Amino acid sequence: MAACTLAATPAPTAVPPTQAPPTQVPTPASTASPEARTLNVFAAASLTGAFGEIAKAFEAANLGVTVTNNFAGSQALRTQIEQGAPADVFASADHKNMDTMVTENLVQDGKYQDFANNKLVVILPPKNPANIQTLQDLAKPGMKLILEDASVPAGNYSRQILANMSKDSTYGSDFSDKVLKNVVSNETDVKQVVSKVDLGEGDAGIVYVTDAQAAPDLKSIEIPDNFNVIAKYPLAVVAKSSNSELAAAFVQYVLSPEGQAVLQKWGFAPAK
Amino acid sequence: MARAIPLTSLRRSLPKPVARRRTGWIFIIPSLVMIVLFALPLLALILRAAGSDFLISIAAPSALQALRVSLVTSTLSLCVTLLCGTPLAYLLARSQFPLKPWLETLIDLPIVLPPSVAGIALLMAFGRNGMVGPSLSLLGIHLPFTTAAVVMAQTFVSGPLYIRAARIGFTDVDVQLEEAATVEGANAWQLFREVMIPLAGTALLNGAILCWARALGEFGATILFAGNLEGVTQTMPLAVYIGLERDLAIALALSVMLVAVSILLLTSARRLERRED
Repeated sequence: MAACTLAATPAPTAVPPTQAPPTQVPTPASTASPEARTLNVFAAASLTGAFGEIAKAFEAANLGVTVTNNFAGSQALRTQIEQGAPADVFASADHKNMDTMVTENLVQDGKYQDFANNKLVVILPPKNPANIQTLQDLAKPGMKLILEDASVPAGNYSRQILANMSKDSTYGSDFSDKVLKNVVSNETDVKQVVSKVDLGEGDAGIVYVTDAQAAPDLKSIEIPDNFNVIAKYPLAVVAKSSNSELAAAFVQYVLSPEGQAVLQKWGFAPAK
Repeated sequence: MARAIPLTSLRRSLPKPVARRRTGWIFIIPSLVMIVLFALPLLALILRAAGSDFLISIAAPSALQALRVSLVTSTLSLCVTLLCGTPLAYLLARSQFPLKPWLETLIDLPIVLPPSVAGIALLMAFGRNGMVGPSLSLLGIHLPFTTAAVVMAQTFVSGPLYIRAARIGFTDVDVQLEEAATVEGANAWQLFREVMIPLAGTALLNGAILCWARALGEFGATILFAGNLEGVTQTMPLAVYIGLERDLAIALALSVMLVAVSILLLTSARRLERRED
């Protein structure tokens, strides 16, 4: 899918700079300008539900604006933007991908803001075929665990959590190794893990609490805060955005009480 | 339904090239557009890969594992296709039975079906909660996320290419030769083994090459049905996909390798055709 996007993407240099909105329209967020504009928001897969709703609300508040969301693993989105995909806003599920983009001068003014926090949880299929009751059960030989690839933020966080648990004598120093031996697939984004666990193909998966909340038929086991990782979600206007004022307005909307309320409805915690 | 015409017969039926003065720019320029579209990305890929440490990347453990998984699974999938697809192609070429056109459509379907559809369909059938998955697990067989699942996905997608080629090969064998062999007292197996296989040999080999190349390139059905695990289900195309987001040098090295293998396979198929001419 990523490949198609890349192939179909015109080089960003093809956009003439003269396309910047005329100066007589001071506030792009103003409802008085019905000029048709499209805002491309590249957001981490875990934001699918929340940003879908925020996009609709932002469109309703800004006549003539269409928000096109592109959801994928943050690492995939970063790659797409690096290859010239026409993104206006980038919302990552980790700082790592955002920082990489900052060093590549792909973020406007090199500035970004945290807008939400998330943490992880173990999910189980509705029938719980492997009878997983505790976190210790993840180390049971032969259970099938589905994770995200280590390049995906959630996959990286999952491995950090397992490493944290291995430092605790309750779980033992080989806990992480034992659990990772049970991994049957490293998926390319967190939603793939949810789907495959939901289909019952895996006995367990590690995803964000927001994903677990969005899939209520799944069972879940909480990961205690002392092992859990707080995923900080940063948001930025992309440097080559052809619509940077509108993009900035979208960022403000996400940070506004309305945007925050939507995020909290989908299970995200406020940043900080 | 239009039957696939092997490259050879197509070439044979073409008249000799027309005089050069009649092919003007009106033909050359649109042709160049296509040629540039095909050639430029491959050239860019090779140049970019040559710029990075190709040999180091190709020797990286994850690249080697992907190579091994790809070779093992595509070869197994070819074996399955040869063993079960050859008799099927023979039946289709030589027997008449009810619903035969429907069977032919069924076999051609995977060629045009998006591989992602194939992947979901395989999951719905053989997944743990799929149609036959629960019965299989009673027998202790779990298919998703195994190397066997990769082989199944590849066979699903690539098998039809071989069956198609073999069916045409068998159809092209002169019926009189078969009749002569039967008069000489050959039984069905002898006829198949000693007359049909040698006479249709080139078509079979050609089909096998295309089938193997397609299996080697399978991506969509594999990632959906077999998942992505290094050394178990991560084939070269999956490693290329993951590599783009993780380690571009490995993705480039593997891509160049896949291009090289594909060129090798296509040239050998071409050479076979020429030999037959």
